[in-house]
Order: sequence, then structure tokens, then C-alpha cells
Amino acid sequence: MAAKAFQKIYTKINQITKATCALKATGVGNDELATVNGKLAQVVKMVGDEVTLQVFEGTEGIPTNAEVVFLGKSPTLKVSEQLAGRFFNAFGEPIDGGPEIEGTEVEIGGPSVNPVRRKQPSELIATGIAGIDLNNTLVSGQKIPFFADPDQPFNQVMANVAMRAQTDKIILGGMGMTNDDYLYFKNVFSNAGALDRIVSFVNTTENPPVERLLIPDMALTAAEYFAVEKNEKVLVLLTDMTSYADALAIVSNRMDQIPSKDSMPGSLYSDLAKIYEKAVQFPSGGSITIIAVTTLSGGDITHAVPDNTGYITEGQLFLRRDSDIGKVIVDPFRSLSRLKQLVAGKKTRKDHPQVMNAAVRLYADAANAKTKLENGFDLTDYDERTLAFAKDYSGRLLAIDVNLNTTEMLDVTWGLFKKYFRKEEVNIKKEFVDEYWK
Amino acid sequence: MATIGTVSGVIANMVTLVVDGPVAQNEICYISIGDEKLMAEVIKVVGANVYVQVFESTRGLKIGAKAEFTGHMLEVTLGPGMLSHNYDGLQNDLDKMDGVFLRRGQYTFPLDKKRKWHFVPLVKAGDVVGESAWLGQVEENFQPLKIMVPFELKGKFKIKSIAPEGDYAIYDTVAVITDDNGNEHNVNMVQKWPVKKAMTNYRLKPRPFKLLETGVRVIDTVNPIVEGGTGFIPGPFGTGKTVLQHAISKQAEADIVIMAACGERANEVVEIFTEFPELVDPHTGRKLMERTIIIANTSNMPVAAREASVYTAMTIAEYYRAMGLKVLLMADSTSRWAQALREMSNRMEELPGPDAFPMDLSAIISNFYGRAGYVELYNGKTGSITFIGTVSPAGGNLKEPVTENTKKVARCFYALEQERADKKRYPAVNPIESYSKYLEYPEFKEYIDSRINSEWLDKVNEIKTRLQRGKEIAEQINILGDDGVPVDYHVVFWKSELIDFVVLQQDAFDEIDAVTPLERQEEILDEVIDICHTDFDFDNFVEVMDYFKRMINVCKQMNYSPYKSDKYYEYKRQLADLVAEKRINNK
Repeated sequence: MAAKAFQKIYTKINQITKATCALKATGVGNDELATVNGKLAQVVKMVGDEVTLQVFEGTEGIPTNAEVVFLGKSPTLKVSEQLAGRFFNAFGEPIDGGPEIEGTEVEIGGPSVNPVRRKQPSELIATGIAGIDLNNTLVSGQKIPFFADPDQPFNQVMANVAMRAQTDKIILGGMGMTNDDYLYFKNVFSNAGALDRIVSFVNTTENPPVERLLIPDMALTAAEYFAVEKNEKVLVLLTDMTSYADALAIVSNRMDQIPSKDSMPGSLYSDLAKIYEKAVQFPSGGSITIIAVTTLSGGDITHAVPDNTGYITEGQLFLRRDSDIGKVIVDPFRSLSRLKQLVAGKKTRKDHPQVMNAAVRLYADAANAKTKLENGFDLTDYDERTLAFAKDYSGRLLAIDVNLNTTEMLDVTWGLFKKYFRKEEVNIKKEFVDEYWK
Repeated sequence: MATIGTVSGVIANMVTLVVDGPVAQNEICYISIGDEKLMAEVIKVVGANVYVQVFESTRGLKIGAKAEFTGHMLEVTLGPGMLSHNYDGLQNDLDKMDGVFLRRGQYTFPLDKKRKWHFVPLVKAGDVVGESAWLGQVEENFQPLKIMVPFELKGKFKIKSIAPEGDYAIYDTVAVITDDNGNEHNVNMVQKWPVKKAMTNYRLKPRPFKLLETGVRVIDTVNPIVEGGTGFIPGPFGTGKTVLQHAISKQAEADIVIMAACGERANEVVEIFTEFPELVDPHTGRKLMERTIIIANTSNMPVAAREASVYTAMTIAEYYRAMGLKVLLMADSTSRWAQALREMSNRMEELPGPDAFPMDLSAIISNFYGRAGYVELYNGKTGSITFIGTVSPAGGNLKEPVTENTKKVARCFYALEQERADKKRYPAVNPIESYSKYLEYPEFKEYIDSRINSEWLDKVNEIKTRLQRGKEIAEQINILGDDGVPVDYHVVFWKSELIDFVVLQQDAFDEIDAVTPLERQEEILDEVIDICHTDFDFDNFVEVMDYFKRMINVCKQMNYSPYKSDKYYEYKRQLADLVAEKRINNK
């Protein structure tokens, strides 16, 4: 990123805030990159000849006579097969000690896919976790986040999903990740011998927060390369999108924008949508699937970040510790995969949708029975049976350590129905009951 | 000569220009960036400084770039050839664009200039006609489309000549008309209209009263919407807004369906693209896509165009209404539109209203809903735009500006509820909070009395009362316990559960249950009301629960069976036996 000989160097900065600086310059394009004393920055505002730059690393130590050089391009990433197996920082520079990537330089945050050129997602992504495959089936080209409290093992579940899912490439975008989690992912990937199909872009808590803003676009630009050019099935993991939103809020605050709900910028919905909507099934067979993490504060999903995310993504997965079985489960009530009906009962056995709904409804009856119990009321025989069912269901299917294929999951569920209920209590279409109630 | 502007400032998609001539509010200009041209709309003028919102990404735009003004507002091109097309928010034909990715500055013409349409004249030379009069007719996808006097012309016109029946392209002159001042106008099949201006080319806008059948029981039976009515569906994410909207658009008894995907998920639009060409319109037996137009401005497309997309959709709807057609317009979601307004208002540094939305949000929403309606045209024929918008309230809280302001203007309210969705009771429309004001219209009652029967409305009111009562009892049982209330209470509660499971809940993914014709809805309602009026004999509450669960099971199997099939009658018989089992015979 060194200055070229003919480039004009500016040395007079008029204004410096914690994240931005402003100077007089001409011939500058919107979104263009610049360096300020070697630190990368990007044009975010131009009024007349006054240009405002957002400095990714933060403005600590930047003097008013810093050297500012405009690079004549917006942020880019070099893409080629060489990306596979490598670790990069937010600027797409290797951090694993390996050589620079050679390849085509493409602008990150490129254009959207024409909606009429998309294909309807229709391929099941099996994870072996029944809380996902049975109740909230994932489909290639889908975008779905885990809504989790910071203390929940979402990174472990995500790593599991990534390892088990049959995809050609996995791209990890780590934002504000602790160094420990970064090393955890690195370990899991290396131990599974899967490193050659993984590309990682990582911003840890040790890096400046504003740099995170580049991570999703970097990861998705790499994903688009593999999905479009190589027709590969790409799984993108983004953790944690709340850290990304926090960085957005910092920048918008420094630019004196009027905040909307929860101090987040008014454009939060569009900003997040631009990232998540990169999930796509291309007609040529390639696809981008996004699994993200949105950490919650105190389980509050009405906060602006999870709320806007929920409106954008195709469902969400909730993790919860079930005290009855002492394990973490995928919460069947609050989790949802909006695309599940594209594969459930079509790519899986045809009784799948009804079995799934019946089990969740019975689990809900158990929750009611539990409330009754806690309030000191007598339980009916039915209540007792739902409670016993719920415990079994939770342990054998919802727990995140389950690893079954979908047919096994369905058989296990029918087994539980038969063990605890009568046919009319499960309310399933007769043709399925006749076939599977054994 | 066209006014030229020079870029003097850029903040995201808001650009300031210094202009050398006159400009109008909402005028369109094109900013040059290399060999690309970016479309933009004037949103504020301060002296020679003009603020424009750019409908595309402004990446790489430089100070000093030139912009050319067009002299007109954002407008749509209306004519035959729009049905089954997919447009973006600015009416660019998405199918005509090259490549998988959208390219900046690529604008495509919405109609087909070459295709020939079979024109049949409706007037003859020498006739005198009024404004927006029907001059001829062409057929598109089996819909009779009218060729009309250009909407901007006012007064009386004498037909100087009219083309004979035959095949013409859209820009061929099909009529020459003379206005009151003796000026001649050549008329072709194409009209232009600025999207932000409501079309008022009708004589009267009476109160709407005709039921618009949607096949969704919780709407048709419980809170009906009417032709030319307005409704809105607020709900937190995951409560089934989109599924409900799609169900309505698939099944509604409309001539034309326009779906504005405004800032929503692209995959939802893809679902329409994929499914509608396969699905059959239950009323005509034709493919659904033939009557559908999609305006897709998904959430990753530029924000300013998102704001335009709902207006584009409404203007196209008004065009078809002027032909005397029944149009259903769905917008998903109006909250995204309001957010687009907020983003711009924020960049213009306007003083914010509640939740940082612009102060005039309320006026903007009510003006927009006001454009829908049932109208009587100048020639005595009628047409309608039924508008249903979804609202995505932040945090599921209905006390937020978009929901509150929409509630003031929309006549039907379908509140989707998290609790029902969690229990998988779909469609998760809260039966107690939701309402349809049309139920109170005497015109509507009169219509229903003749279309269905005169007891219908009383029965509808009865199930609403029973649902309310059931909810109260459920709360009492929660507090007092199952044993704490009389067995009779359990019976009343379970009768309300029966209504809930059999009438309200409907499986949108089951081929049969997804759509219930009105005739079948009448039968279901009668059946359920009869059971509610039956006295049963029970010893204890466990018996009540078991009995009604069995009954619900049979009713559900009935709902899943094809109407009037052998299976259907078999379950009907089972139900009758079951009712007889516990009925108290007062004979």
C-alpha cells in the first residue's frame, strides 16, 4: 500500500476526532481508500473540498501534519484459489506468516445479485443436530444467526456445524473475537484436517474495533469468488455480528448522526441486510450460506441488533440450558428456520413436517404442565406424560451433542410419541400414523 | 435547455449539487460517473444548492461531477405488457438486465416496444368522450386491458379517428382525439404518470362493501376485508407475516395482484418467482403468475429506490383500477419504507420525530393508504385497489410510530402475535385484538346477507365472544387450577379451543387446508356453532379435555380432506357420532 511516485500527498489535517479526520483535498471519490501516516482510512463524507476520512485503526497519534495519500480505489481483496487454508486480517493481509496472495483484485462490498437470477434454495444442509435438522432445517443459500448470550457455547456449536456440513469451502469472519476463540477455531479446523477448505478473516479484541467493519465484506467477497467462479458450495460463518453493529454505532456517533433505537444508527437495517443478503443460491450451482452469531444482552431480543437481524435473516437459532437434563439445547419455541419447508418432507421423509410440529406442540403442553406444577396445582395424567416426554425429547433430540441423520431423528420421535401418548393426542395426519406408529 | 448541476458534496447516497437553472422538487436528474449515469431525485432546494437522493451506490463519485436534469418527476410507463413481469422499485425490468449481479446505472424499459397487441376499438369516429375514457381494448393474459385517453388531458374530446380492429405495437397511434380548444392529440397505448401523484380519474369513491374472498378463514370468516378496503398486518419477526401475505396473494379473488417487496428478503421474492408460474388461481384456473406483477426492491438494493417502490406499485395499481379491474396490492413491508424515509431525513439533518422518524411520517402513511379504494369511474363501471401492508414493528412493540400511524388509516387490523406463533397456532392472528371495521358497515351486512346468509354475521360475532370468554377462563384456570373452576367452565373453554383449532388455525402448507372456499367456510362455521350450542354431559374436567381433543382431531382431519370427498363425509359422520356420544338429549 505504499504511495506511488506521482500521487499527491496532503499534509494538513483540519479536524481530528477519535475515528475520523478531515482535510481539504480535490479529485477524491466517495468510499475511496487513503492512508494517513500509513494507517488505512476511507472517505465517508465530502462537502465541497473538505473530505472526511474514517481511520480504521483509530486516530491515536495522528498529527495535524500527517501525510495523507489517496489510493484511488475502494477497499479490495485479491481472490484466487490461494485463499484456501489462509488466515487474514480485516484488510485482507495474511496474518499466518505465509506469502501474499496473488490473484484478481476485486472491490469488496460489490453489487447485489439480481433477484430474478437467484434460484430458490432447495438443498438440505445436514448438521446431525436434531434441534436444527429436525425442527429448524437449514438450506443452502440461507442466512441464519444464533441468538445467544455471551456465555453460551455458540462458537463450539458453529464449529461443529461447519465441520459436519457438506460444503466445499468454509469462510470464517471473526469480529471482535477473543484470541482464545480464534485459536479454538484454528485448532478445530487443523485437527479435522479441513484447513485446506477454510479461509479466515479475523479481527480479534486486540485489533481496533472500526476495522471490523471490513470483515463481513472481505469474507463475502471471498465467498462470492468461490461460489461464482468455482461453482462451489460456500458456508460463511460470521461471529459476532453484535460487535460489528457496535462498530457501526461508534462511527455514526463520531459523525454526529442522530441515533435511532438503542443508540444504533438509523441505517442499521440496511447495513445488516447488505451483508446477510449476500447469501444466495446461484443458478450455476454455487451457493453462499451464512450462519452468524448475534450475542444478546440478557436474552433481550427486542434490542435493535437482534430485532433488525430477525427481520433480515431467514430464521434464528436459540440456545438454552435445559436444567432438567443439564445440557444445552436448541430451543424449539424461539428457534425458527424459515426455509425449512423447502426441504422438510421433500428432501427428507414426508412425515417430517407433521412430526416436527406435533413434537413441538406436545413440548409446549409440557411447558404449561410445568407452570402448573410450579404454581402448586395437581397434574393430570396427561400433564405427567407430557413432562416425561419433554425430558426424553430434550435429552435424545434437542441437546446439541446429538448426532443423527434425519430419518433416525424421525424414528426416535415416533418412538417417543408411542411411549407417552395415544394416537389422537398427537394430532397427525392418519396416513402417517398408519405407517409409522409401530 | 436542460438544467445542469455540479456535485458539491457527497454523504452516502445524499448528494448536493450546484445548479445553473430551474429545478423542481422531486425532479429526476442523472449524475454522470465515468460512463455510468446514476438516477437521483430532488428532495430539498436551498438557493442554488440542490439536495438529491441517489437511487444507486455513490461509490467513486467525485466533487465536480456533472448532473443533467430531466424536467420531470419520477414516473412510470404504463401500458399493455406489464403482467407477470418483475420490476425493481423504479420499474426497470429485472429480466432484461444482463448478468447475475445488478450493475449500477443499468436502466431497462418496462414494456415491449415490438410486441403486437390485438386492438379492438370501443368508440367510433365522431364520438365525444370524457377524460380517461376507454377508447379500445387489448387482451393480455386473458385480462381485458383498456386503452384510455391520456390521463393528463382534461375536458371533453372528440374522436377524430380510431384505428380499426387489428394488431398494433404500443407506440403505434390508435386514435386521434381533438380537445375543446381544437388541439389534436395522437393516442397510443402508453401512458406516463408521476408516481407520487395520486390518480383521481374517477367520479366517486363510495365506501367499499363487497367481500374480497381470500380463502384464509381467519380473514374471511372472522375479520373480512373488502374490495377496495385497506388492511395491515403488524407482527414481530417469525410470526408468519410473509406466509400470510403470500397466502392472500395466491388465493384472493382479484383480477390483478401487485406485490411490492419493499426492503424484504430476496429469497421471499424468489419464492414467488418460482412458485407462482406453477400455481393455479383457484378462481379462474389460470396460472397465478399471469395476473401478478412483482415490484422487487429487496433489502440489499439501494435505499432510496425502496422508498420509490411502494409508489411505483400504487401507481401501477391505479392504472389498472382506471380500467375497471379489481386490483390487490400487497406491500411487504411498509416499515422498511418508513426506515428509508428516516435514513434520508437523518442525512438531511432534519429535526427528528418519535424514534428518529421524520415528523411528517403520519401524513405520508395516510396519504398513501388513501390512494387505495373502491371507485366508480366516469363511465359508471367500478374498479378497486385493495391494499394490505405489513408492518415490522421494532422489538414487536406495537406502540411505535409506523404501527400507530397505520392503525389510524387502515380499516382492518390483523395483529400477529408472538405467543400464538410460539405455540405454532398459525396463522398467528390474535383473534381478540384484531378487527375489521367493515363488519360494522351496514352496506357490508346487506351484501353478506344476500351473498352468504342473514345469520352469518351473528355467528361471527358469537365466535368472537366465545374466544374472548375462552381466554378469560384460561386465565382463571391458570390462577385457580383445573379443580378450582366448575366443569362447565372447562366445557366453555374447550368450545373456544375448538373454534381456535378448527376455524382460526389453518395449515398454509397443506394443499387442501391452505385455501378454504367461502362455501366450505360457511359449512365449517355452522358445524362449529352447532357444537358450541350443544349441551354435553361430563363428570370431570379430564373427560372434557379428552373428549374435545378427540373432536378437534376429527375436525382437523376433515379440514385436511378434499371438500365433499368420501374421506370428508367419513369424518363428518365420525364427528356426528362423537357429538352424539356425550350430547344431553333434551327431547
